[in-house]
Amino acid sequence: MSEPAIELRGLSHRFGEGEHAVSAVQDISLSVAAGSFVSVLGPSGCGKSTLLRVLAGLLVPTAGQALVRGRSAIATPGLVGYMPQRDLLLPWRRALANATLGAEIAGEPVEAERERARGLFQQFGLAGFEDVWPAQLSGGMRQRLALLRTFLIRSDVLLLDEPFGALDAITRRAMQAWLQDVWMRDRRTVLFVTHDVEEALFLSDTVYVLTERPGRLLTHVDAPFARPRLPSLVVEPAFVQCKALLLEALDRGAPGG
Amino acid sequence: MQYLPALLLLAALMAVWELAVALLDIRPYLLPAPSRIWSAFLRIGGTLPHHTWTTMAEATLGLALAAAVGVALAALIASVGLVRRVLYPLLVASQAVPMIVLAPLLVVWFGFGMAPKVIVVALVGFFPIVVNTVDGLLGADREMVGLVRSMGANRAQVLRHILGPSALPAFFAGLKIAAAYAVVGAIIGEWVGAGSGLGIFITRSQASFRIDQVFVAIVIVALASILLFALVQLAARLATPWMYVHERKDEG
Repeated sequence: MSEPAIELRGLSHRFGEGEHAVSAVQDISLSVAAGSFVSVLGPSGCGKSTLLRVLAGLLVPTAGQALVRGRSAIATPGLVGYMPQRDLLLPWRRALANATLGAEIAGEPVEAERERARGLFQQFGLAGFEDVWPAQLSGGMRQRLALLRTFLIRSDVLLLDEPFGALDAITRRAMQAWLQDVWMRDRRTVLFVTHDVEEALFLSDTVYVLTERPGRLLTHVDAPFARPRLPSLVVEPAFVQCKALLLEALDRGAPGG
Repeated sequence: MQYLPALLLLAALMAVWELAVALLDIRPYLLPAPSRIWSAFLRIGGTLPHHTWTTMAEATLGLALAAAVGVALAALIASVGLVRRVLYPLLVASQAVPMIVLAPLLVVWFGFGMAPKVIVVALVGFFPIVVNTVDGLLGADREMVGLVRSMGANRAQVLRHILGPSALPAFFAGLKIAAAYAVVGAIIGEWVGAGSGLGIFITRSQASFRIDQVFVAIVIVALASILLFALVQLAARLATPWMYVHERKDEG
């Protein structure tokens, strides 16, 4: 178990070629221990999503290595459960069929997977909505269904890209507490991307901070708060202190800072 | 009832037509009144199902052929860039050939049977199907493709789970256009020569100056087109049910 679940070594990526090349991320090295919840925090457009797309096997980086449980993830999809920024529910599948998409693609028996999914619908606050179309769900429910689909993927490494980015602040706070709950049941490794300082700190064991584009690793801050964490944690002095550290780091990472 | 205004308008037009023919004393071989068309229908009604059946069979078979060829071509065009650059201009050019010119040639090549009519319908119908389906396939959400690829999907699975379903509504849009022209296509095919069918019925009626019979045929052609269009609409509803759900905006 000493082997990290996720490891990035000197990862760089540039989009385009020659003079028009845009550097997205530069020389990122980090590792995530198995069973921990780690966030990557940075301003919009700092290349956070690029890291996840590399780990999901969808993007071949210009340089560096990306390992999942010791295996190279580069151009190797299927090693992780990946949740992109948009919910990307397939409009032509009812809620339950959307949830079991991963199993169907992996060629697993769909009947058993449906039963597994039905159980989770309760946990994810979606009970009774198994047979509706995605278009009939509210924003928060769509996001929970997308998360459910990700959690059903049989991988102990999950990559979540700003899953609550599109939600209003109140729904967002409720979803954060709930995500911690769901995560604590089986404690899979999570790499979580966000631009919300409080969200990163509330959910994570460790928060990595990226600079503005091109994203470089600035620092990391540990969040050693006992779990389960209560929503009131965010106003406790120790939490506020960590938050100040992160905000200061983000300011340093901004141009001219 | 949603069709009531349309029916009222139709009834009003009929009344004006009937009156105009009577008041202006228009000869029946120039423009028959609706009442005269109706009596022609009652007189010749018995022979019509046979002709209508032939034309509908040609239209339906042609539409099916157009759909099969259209989808195959669309898949090829959407997946291979070279095919897109080579074939697309040719397809557009093919639409510039008037069917009136092509139909007699098809009879020379394929005889007086059903084949040339079915081909005319397919030639008229495949173009909107190809164009729409290609747009549907190319317009699939790239991120959705990325999502299933991250789950380990192969090319066939991407096609089945993402590209196919997202192109389906566009395919049906094309099929509706093709359906609207299918019956007319069959009639053009029959014009040149056929044993039975509404097209040959129109030709014969014209030759004997039975303009009232021509109008009877026109009404049947219109009804047949509407029927075919409605069938495609129904198929679309059954095949793409998610396109017909009402979005829910409230929080739940």
